[in-house]
Amino acid sequence: MATHALRPAAPTYSRGRLYEWLTTTDHKKIGIMYVINSFVFFLIGGILALVVRTELAQPGLQFLSDESVYNQIFTMHATLMIFMFVIPMLAGLGNYAVPLMIGAPDMAFPRINALSLWMLPLAGILLVASFFTGGSAAAGWTSYPPLSLDGPLKSPGTGQDLWIVGLILIGTSSILGGINFLVTIFKMRAPGMTLFRMPIMVWTVLVTSVLVVMATPVITSALVMLFIDRNYGGRFFDPFGGGSAVLYQNIFWFYSHPAVYVMILPAMGVISEVLPVFSRKPLFGFKAFIFATAGIGALGFSVWAHHMFTTGSVFLPFFSLMTFLIAVPTGVKMFNWVFTLFRGQLTFSTPLIFAIGFLTMFLIGGINGAFSASVPVDFALHDTYWVVAHIHYVLFGGSVFGIFAGLYYWFPKMSGRMLDEGLGKIQFVLMFIGFNLTFFPMQMLGLAGMPRRIADYAADAGWNDWNMAATIGGFLIAASILPFIWNVFVSLRNGKIAGDDPWEGNTLEWATSSPPPPYNFDHLPEIRSERPVFDARHGRGAH
Amino acid sequence: MSADSHALAPADHSPISGLAHDIRGGISNPILGMLLFIASEIMFFAGLFAAYFSTRANFVDANGVKEWPPSEFADILNPFSLILVATVILILSSVTLQMALWAIRRDDRTGFLRNMAFTFILGITFLLLQAYDYSLLFQEGLTMGSGPFGTTYFTLTGFHGAHVFGGVIMLGVVLYRGMSGQFSSRHHDAVEAASLYWHFVDVVWIVLFTILYFL
Repeated sequence: MATHALRPAAPTYSRGRLYEWLTTTDHKKIGIMYVINSFVFFLIGGILALVVRTELAQPGLQFLSDESVYNQIFTMHATLMIFMFVIPMLAGLGNYAVPLMIGAPDMAFPRINALSLWMLPLAGILLVASFFTGGSAAAGWTSYPPLSLDGPLKSPGTGQDLWIVGLILIGTSSILGGINFLVTIFKMRAPGMTLFRMPIMVWTVLVTSVLVVMATPVITSALVMLFIDRNYGGRFFDPFGGGSAVLYQNIFWFYSHPAVYVMILPAMGVISEVLPVFSRKPLFGFKAFIFATAGIGALGFSVWAHHMFTTGSVFLPFFSLMTFLIAVPTGVKMFNWVFTLFRGQLTFSTPLIFAIGFLTMFLIGGINGAFSASVPVDFALHDTYWVVAHIHYVLFGGSVFGIFAGLYYWFPKMSGRMLDEGLGKIQFVLMFIGFNLTFFPMQMLGLAGMPRRIADYAADAGWNDWNMAATIGGFLIAASILPFIWNVFVSLRNGKIAGDDPWEGNTLEWATSSPPPPYNFDHLPEIRSERPVFDARHGRGAH
Repeated sequence: MSADSHALAPADHSPISGLAHDIRGGISNPILGMLLFIASEIMFFAGLFAAYFSTRANFVDANGVKEWPPSEFADILNPFSLILVATVILILSSVTLQMALWAIRRDDRTGFLRNMAFTFILGITFLLLQAYDYSLLFQEGLTMGSGPFGTTYFTLTGFHGAHVFGGVIMLGVVLYRGMSGQFSSRHHDAVEAASLYWHFVDVVWIVLFTILYFL
């Protein structure tokens, strides 16, 4: 393909590489910076998680000075992991992959794309800076009032306000990014790329963007009301002043439940790209998968109150039923994936191994989620470690394994070099064992009645062994990140040269060079199916 | 690569050959972007309105009386006052903006600029009237801190005002660009997008005015 490349005749400007990256509007560079920024906050959030696990290893307060510090640590762990790692990391992968996959030269609004990116480090700095202003937010990542109000239970002043401002910034970045994705997907597709020929990754980003555009502004409204209550004497959420604390929960979860799908759908998209490529088969039930994705997105708006069963002010049968219904499209996807692997010609490269990690762990997370949808079970398990286990099986076992599958899959495209397979497999083994060692005990702890968000527990409660196991697992997860960092570091210099299409991929990003030129494509293959590069390789696209 | 022989591109020597994107009519990118942005803004106001109705439905004053507005602010929000003038001005600004849009669609730049300037001034007038109205309410003792009634009133109208402020800036940019001759009947996406936003802000005010002052 390179034979057709036109050598640019325009003079090259000698701009510094740093300046080039800081001012770029190229979606690929922006996507990579999203990934790097998210990874930095993943490390910070991970260190906070280690602090939490160290404190909980044994009963008693050994590591931290007092409980209020513990509250800050777990609040910031969840906040950074959700808002500064998983959501932007997937947005970054989408930013890199979507225009390439639909054969577009860039996103629809490149400068707004850069704006979305640069809001994120700013928000992250605000969040982390709150540790140095007399304590960060400490009311949990949900920041329920009255915990988050200035009252008897107050969360330290400035930290909670910085948290609110940081989250509004991240939300604005998400909304602008979502609009950008939608316009790009609807308007910038290459000729022949009909909606039903779009790769699944693009479909999941499309549905995710609808969720982001429609749900994120709702949490923005909750956050501004919280800000008004805290700073301008407002009375929205203060039960003593005529407000309602449950109102906040309703508005908060109206966003934060769809946000769960914002965090999982693109990861599902990633593994739906990886599984067909490494099993040498098309995705089983391509259209069913698309409708299942849209179904999850639509149902996602009607289940928010399942987080609030125990408040006694929501209609339990409705929200329980809708929550169970979500298991149906999710089950459809499970079948899609399993039957894609079934009788496939499997190549156990690192991306596939992480994708299988996703399948198995997400299955556990999905099933224990369905248990929690049952009202009587939820009444027993609400606010126990069971919930912590569930969210981590879905968001770590699902999203994070999916993210690593995506990073190993697209790293050759981004850098032009392969990551080392051996180190990748070491990472997977460490991470998989560490993950289960951490979060399986949490299910047992939840069933044994251990509440979440506590810094200390009674020594005779029978929780000691499971907690110690979870702490060891936590450090194993941390250890699994080291081979990855080393792998990236080494491979960028000495990695095997990838070539255009190292995996024999299906989708358009593999039809251009690695890394692609700023304008993405010298030349596109004919698009006759959802696998144009496969068609071109095997002559199916011939006239 | 076998892909080469299947290229759509009629002229393979061009770096962008075969990359003509979906520009076969339909909605333009900036306008689609603005519509999606407005959709998200609707959801933002939906959150605030939900909070308003929920607060109002649950409101009980200090004496246990269920009354909205609370007795001490019984007649404070009179629709037939300054606020009606402000409302008429905002609706009028939507009309002049639409006339500006129609003018630029038929390449009437003078009419476009004249109506655009009217709209800009009407927008600023609305903001000034609202600020003055706030000062009157403050004098009568209604503030953000005076219970759920004050909180919801100032939050809803305040965020609407902030959106009008944003819209006025948008109109100012469009006016400035129009004065330097950047728009024509073929090229005026910015005008279309700004007018969509302004009409949206106007509609929000009509809903707000009805709910806060009449309902």
